[in-house]
Amino acid sequence: MSLLGVSTLTKSFAARRLFSIDELTLLAGESYVLTGENGSGKSTLLRILAGIEAPDSGFGHYQERRFDWRPYPDWLRRQVIYVHQQPYLFHTSVADNIAYGLRARGIEANERQRLVAAAIAWARLTHLLAIPPQKLSGGERQRVAMARAWVLKPKILLLDEPTANLDAESRRQTIDLLRGFCTARTTAVIACHDRDVIELPDMRRLDLMGGRLHL
Amino acid sequence: MLIAMPLGIGIGYLLATLEFPGRRLLIVVTQGLLASPTVVVGLILYLLLSRQGVLGQLQLLFTQTAMVIGQILIALPVLIAFSLAAIQGADPRARETAVALGASAPRIAWTMLVEVRFALMAAVCSAFGRVVSEIGCSLMVGGNIAGVTRNIPTAIALETSKGEFAQGIALGIVLLVVALGINSAFAFFQGESRR
Repeated sequence: MSLLGVSTLTKSFAARRLFSIDELTLLAGESYVLTGENGSGKSTLLRILAGIEAPDSGFGHYQERRFDWRPYPDWLRRQVIYVHQQPYLFHTSVADNIAYGLRARGIEANERQRLVAAAIAWARLTHLLAIPPQKLSGGERQRVAMARAWVLKPKILLLDEPTANLDAESRRQTIDLLRGFCTARTTAVIACHDRDVIELPDMRRLDLMGGRLHL
Repeated sequence: MLIAMPLGIGIGYLLATLEFPGRRLLIVVTQGLLASPTVVVGLILYLLLSRQGVLGQLQLLFTQTAMVIGQILIALPVLIAFSLAAIQGADPRARETAVALGASAPRIAWTMLVEVRFALMAAVCSAFGRVVSEIGCSLMVGGNIAGVTRNIPTAIALETSKGEFAQGIALGIVLLVVALGINSAFAFFQGESRR
């Protein structure tokens, strides 16, 4: 079943056409790896899908509802989470970072605490709770960001090179979390060069090459 | 300061985030006002508030209210310019992360201000410094009336011109201690939250 689709999507920077995508359909519960060379527009495509950037033209549909980017609708923002290649953690605490999206959704305190505790257990972050987020390593930040996204139970998860710049152990832990995240509930698109991610079971391949998307 | 702080930081935030015609001009004017002599601010305010002035009917000249308005005007450019710089200098991922996690516009604004709180603290410190050190505006619109609109800087100027140096020095020490005390309180809180 189609969950999110976009049609006739184009994006240029200055005079350079970055990509032009006639049709992209993400099926509910499927996981996709998005490959392509550096500068091919993988990040930009994810950021457009997440509503952080706007395309030059094109429209999308989520289930039966049509949308565009003028402006990107709030109801869709509730379903889609984008995680940066190097995630930004707010200068508060690990737990407050994970609770941020729940607060924004107006979840009341007791429920919020319960959900945050579950996310901390899921991402195995208990030993990091007392450390200021800025002092965490790259891999630890990535896991906090994954927990921050997981706790919101998004329908669509967009990850930008989650395993780049990580050492072997952090990579393994991140891939473990990824595997847990990409369940039937969540449709994931992961921009990636990492063989181990690409070769995860049941991954579908999207390849952005020369400004065109190849399935 | 209590009035100028939210006002200045708020305007700074809006200038940093909104796109509207005349925005660049406003920024340039604000930065220009950073160097405005306080006595000129006082003069303009005096002209506005005096009997023949546009706001003469309010009868505010030579009152504490007039002095407070003057000090707000003096503090504002510093607060606006510094908070503008702080928010523009923030990591763009901070805003994007807040947006991606579904925060509303007011929540995004609050998050951004909390993220750049150290830079905002510096803005508040220097605005405070400008206000306590100014005399021109207070003298002009306050009139240096004993017990009503005389503050420490205007009192020091008066005592010194009377030749009462000891009195002037004593007041000067008081002012220094107060200013240092408040600034170290800021520094203390800053140190606390940085960990």
